[in-house]
Amino acid sequence: MKFFLFLIIGIFFCINVHAQDKPIAFKGALVYPITSKPIQNGTVIVQNGKIIAVGDASLKIPSDAVITDAKGKVIMPGIVDTHSHLGGPEGGDYSAALNPDARAFDAINPTSDGFKKALAGGLTTLNIMPGSGHLMSGQTVYAKMREAKVMEDLILINEKGLFGGMKMANGTNPMRGTGGFPATRAKSAAMDRDLFNKAREYKIKLEKAGQDSTKIPERDLRLEPLVEVLEGKRVVHFHTHKENDILTAIRIIKEFGFRAVLHHVSEGWKVSNEIAKAGVPCSIIVIESPGGKLEALDYSSTNGAALSNAGVLTGFHTDDGVTDSRLLIRAAAMGVRAGMDKEKALEALTINGAKMLDLSSRIGSLEKGKDADFIILSGDPFSLYTKVEQTWVEGKKRYDITNPADKAFLVGGFKVYSTEREEYMNHEDEIGN
Amino acid sequence: MKNLYKIVIGLLLMPFIAHSQTAIKAEIIYTVSGAAIKNGVVLVKDGKIEKVGSAKEISIPKNYAVVSSKVVTPGFIDARSVVGLSGALNIPTDQDQLEKSSPIQPELRAIDAYNPEEKLVGYVRDFGVTTMHTGHGIGALVSGQTMVVKTKPGKIDEVTLVPMEMLAMTIGSSVEGNFTSPGTKAKQIAMIRSELLKAQAYMQKQNDKDTSKRPAIDLKYEALSKLLKGEVKALITVNSSNDIMNAIRLAKEFKFKLVIDGAAEAYRMIDEIKACKAEVILHSTMARNAGDMVNMTRESAAILTAANIQVSIETGYEGYVPKTHVLLFEAALAVTYGLPYEEGLKSITLNPAKLLGIDKRVGSIEQGKDADLVLFDGDPFEYLTKILKVMIDGQWVSKN
Repeated sequence: MKFFLFLIIGIFFCINVHAQDKPIAFKGALVYPITSKPIQNGTVIVQNGKIIAVGDASLKIPSDAVITDAKGKVIMPGIVDTHSHLGGPEGGDYSAALNPDARAFDAINPTSDGFKKALAGGLTTLNIMPGSGHLMSGQTVYAKMREAKVMEDLILINEKGLFGGMKMANGTNPMRGTGGFPATRAKSAAMDRDLFNKAREYKIKLEKAGQDSTKIPERDLRLEPLVEVLEGKRVVHFHTHKENDILTAIRIIKEFGFRAVLHHVSEGWKVSNEIAKAGVPCSIIVIESPGGKLEALDYSSTNGAALSNAGVLTGFHTDDGVTDSRLLIRAAAMGVRAGMDKEKALEALTINGAKMLDLSSRIGSLEKGKDADFIILSGDPFSLYTKVEQTWVEGKKRYDITNPADKAFLVGGFKVYSTEREEYMNHEDEIGN
Repeated sequence: MKNLYKIVIGLLLMPFIAHSQTAIKAEIIYTVSGAAIKNGVVLVKDGKIEKVGSAKEISIPKNYAVVSSKVVTPGFIDARSVVGLSGALNIPTDQDQLEKSSPIQPELRAIDAYNPEEKLVGYVRDFGVTTMHTGHGIGALVSGQTMVVKTKPGKIDEVTLVPMEMLAMTIGSSVEGNFTSPGTKAKQIAMIRSELLKAQAYMQKQNDKDTSKRPAIDLKYEALSKLLKGEVKALITVNSSNDIMNAIRLAKEFKFKLVIDGAAEAYRMIDEIKACKAEVILHSTMARNAGDMVNMTRESAAILTAANIQVSIETGYEGYVPKTHVLLFEAALAVTYGLPYEEGLKSITLNPAKLLGIDKRVGSIEQGKDADLVLFDGDPFEYLTKILKVMIDGQWVSKN
């Protein structure tokens, strides 16, 4: 009896998988693979959550494929947002300035309606980070915009075997001056360096101990993730605005030899050559006007052009809720408006972010074998009038503008979004009037 | 000798006089008040629009400086901003839009606070804003007065168009965070009603035939009297349906002219708004859907316009980054969410001009109006279009 039950379940399972197994081919679109030249009248074929082929009209389509006419549309990879606060990542609780042990993973609500907003903007991968009110506010989460019930459904394990980085910040946000927080820039750097020195010692102890269980030091939740940082596995995401703070961040990065991405980088245009020389990527924000805080006074929308022209690996981010996930493609358009090369701006929305998260072997471009994360646009990515029509994540259509329930998250309306917006709480000390 | 002096001065001024006469040629002129003109010309003389029409009809006089562009629009009018009172630094010394010593202070004048040299004034000017309704902010039951300015460089008296435009009021959750009382919605309304009743009594006493019985001048009630006499409008920032109704009730009870500002849920209150003839200034399209604005929709401008409620789009107030929105981009986004193109232009030109009572001077490209113009190299709303030049009162003012 039991055998038959398994057989039936087994058969059902096979049929089910086979039903999903059919390749889907999108024909006739202008395809931006990003890592290769745009393809007029291009074809993209996906199956089992992966891209199985990208090519021009001559590409052979499997006979069992479901064919979708995408004539007049634009297909490009799903957007990678390298800095988001959707889902309520929290992090440090202001009891200490450095919180390497705090994991956004433990705080994020995987069913947050913020992720619907991200999908409406064409975002398929997010780096969800704790805020900037601490020198080190905790571990970030690389999340794929899959249908999710628990955090395990969302996380995306990268080439280093991790699903997040480490958030750090310098400048005024963590300079609170009370409760163990620094009040000056020099103290901020000293506290960072002190902790990294401890992590270094801990790492040496671990290495010396090898497999000898009598010598292995006690587990230390604060230092373990920093050992990953020192080993070059866990990338530091370093919030910084002003020229001097950018250079301080680079100084610390060099001293301890870890890998990092600079975030926001409002004055990056002033030190673009120094950043390029240090080989540190930049994840930048596009805001409507300079100021709002002293550090952003010299913000310039020419940042994208200046950094990418200097040879810096440059990406765009939302910092949602500082800017809106539905407008990240627009942010890149604003970069182009201010002089950034169009091709570089497209890379900055996709493959560059993937590289910053050690995920470029899986996402960020339309290539055979990569995750089937892509968006279908109604036209030129950099036109005001273009809309994200569909967002696909690992071969599943997660957003369709023709579906009113999906479109509601694009437009808004009565009781569309929950009144409990976790992502805003994360920034309330900064956004609050 | 005296005459020679005059001649020298005259010669020195020559280039400026010549510059005050300008001809602008464009592939499209959006007059806003009428149909768009293809291959048109705008003649500017002495700070005013001298003529506008098709290139075939208008011959350009010889001494006019000629400038060409693809598109010309009227200068934009921000229906509600705090720029000039709220500065880019966002530190106490440059934040004058909200006085938190008391929740009702209608006597606070915008002209005493506006800083024409604020960095953000120049910033929004470069994005085509030539006229701005600015002043006291949101967050107090009555935060103070508003004013209308031209964004051109100059001393306050030179740039002021209307020194006292409206009384800025707020009903909503933001008020409760700023004061120990009011702490509830009912208290908010009770406090406003109480002060308006006192203002009514003050007005009555002011009219006493026996001048000895008239009360001493009270700045607060003087300002509220202007509202009750209909000399200025109430600009009430309300976003939820409940609060919109609260504002409407107050306007009915005290018979004042109401402008509903923010208006996130106005799309649910169309009949009520029409019945009381309130005007609407709509939040920025990119506003965050949080707090009292959680139910906002980016289709609001389209929905209200379709219901024959004239919409003016604002940049409003921002507490952090960014410190101000860009008006042009807000209207552009509203157009992508269903607002007809020309209505999008109107929402930042002629509609706010009418709402502010300054449409005889600004808001469209018409003969005799102020020469406030914006020149573009393409569709004004499109992301990649650039603003070529901005003119205020016949003078080029943009950094370009």
